[in-house]
Amino acid sequence: MSVKFGLLALLATEPMYGAQLRSEFEARTGGTWPLNVGQVYTTLGRLERDGLVESVGEPDEEGRIAYRLTDSGEATIRTWWTAPVDRSETPRDELVIKLALAVTVPGVHVAHVVQVQRAATVRHLRDLTRLKAQAPPGSDARHEHAWRLVLENHIFAAEAEVRWLDHVEADLARSSSRARPVPAGERPGRDSVPSRSPQSI
Amino acid sequence: MSVSHPALRLIDVHRTHGGGEAAVHALRGVSLEVFPGELVAVMGPSGSGKSTLLNVAGGLDRPTSGQVVIGDTDLTSLDARALAKLRRRRVGFVFQDYNLIPSLTAAENVALPLELDGERARPARRRAREALGLMGLMELADRYPDAMSGGQQQRVAIARALVGTRRLVMADEPTGALDSHTGEEVLRVLRQRCDEGASGLLVTHEARYAGWADRVVFLRDGVVVDSTGSDRPEQLLHAAR
Ligand SMILES: Nc1ncnc2c1ncn2[C@@H]1O[C@H](COP(=O)(O)OP(=O)(O)O)[C@@H](O)[C@H]1O
Ligand SMILES: [Mg+2]
Repeated sequence: MSVKFGLLALLATEPMYGAQLRSEFEARTGGTWPLNVGQVYTTLGRLERDGLVESVGEPDEEGRIAYRLTDSGEATIRTWWTAPVDRSETPRDELVIKLALAVTVPGVHVAHVVQVQRAATVRHLRDLTRLKAQAPPGSDARHEHAWRLVLENHIFAAEAEVRWLDHVEADLARSSSRARPVPAGERPGRDSVPSRSPQSI
Repeated sequence: MSVSHPALRLIDVHRTHGGGEAAVHALRGVSLEVFPGELVAVMGPSGSGKSTLLNVAGGLDRPTSGQVVIGDTDLTSLDARALAKLRRRRVGFVFQDYNLIPSLTAAENVALPLELDGERARPARRRAREALGLMGLMELADRYPDAMSGGQQQRVAIARALVGTRRLVMADEPTGALDSHTGEEVLRVLRQRCDEGASGLLVTHEARYAGWADRVVFLRDGVVVDSTGSDRPEQLLHAAR
């Protein structure tokens, strides 16, 4: 839904054409959510249908139509700024699903899955850090701020993932040492108390 | 000497603390290379041997077996005096608690390794100021540690670790006492010095800081269990799949 609200938020600053909306959206989110023009027009179509935006006059000589917010659109975006983002609808994460299956499907080397993922996530983190160390090409200070904010969100998310993987690994080590005397075929106890993430003090 | 001659090499390094019943095998066969210009992060749970690894690599501690080679010098062949001299000239340490001498200014702290190595005070302090200036820390030169923030002290500590002919820095949780913005400033300075040709080993438990390194090695119970591998794109592609 971020595209819908993204377009509404941009249109609240001034009326814009579709192509302009697209480039503004990308500039302000550090290019992390590339949009195609088709997506922009489909969304604008839906917003117009729902009475949140309207076209400004006739198409110009190049056939471009500018859009602006309706009163209802203004109200919608005001509500969006003040309301928290709904976190109860968590997106399905492939890694979580993969590990949940890994601990239940026989023959999967879970510790290996964790290790491979951690190395990949740390590499990703390094690439994000390098990106952050460079200023984005040809953008103004406000866009640079937005760009950094988006990158840092990815960096914190990757860091949290590494900590979670450390935690999973420590938990795994605990439950496998507890489960050693248990006859083969039985799954290591999943009821074990989660250990704290191993960190130096 | 080839272009890619390692600045630091550990070959099958073991380090056992204590003996008999109480012996702790802190390192059990660690091999590692750090090249000029490289910053390598070491991650691992508490007690996995990270500090022992840094101390052995920087010549503060000796391996029980195996070799530690800095440049062309095998540390295991040196007596205590020669080892201390090599440390003064080649290796600097950075710790979580900054470790600056409170009665000395920033410039005097940075000059200290040079003076201990026999350089006269005046030229040593001039060089220290130059080093601080290159790192954009000139305004700190005459301040005492207690008049500096933690992040400022830590950046001065990095200047000291890499002053003069020193090109190798061992940083043990250098961001441990800092907030995330200040920690990042410190990493930025460390990264900059490595980009200019220094080499570093960085112990951290925060992946966000390890992100500044070229490579990460993961330590578990004194063994390297994993590493993010080299930086070469074809290997990255290979490893990512
Ligand atoms: N001087 C020492 N004497 C005895 N044991 C030590 C000494 N230094 C470290 N150890 C032990 O060696 C292991 C590794 O310690 P250390 O290298 O400090 O780990 P880390 O820095 O990863 O927390 C730990 O079990 C620790 O208790
Ligand atoms: Mg330690």
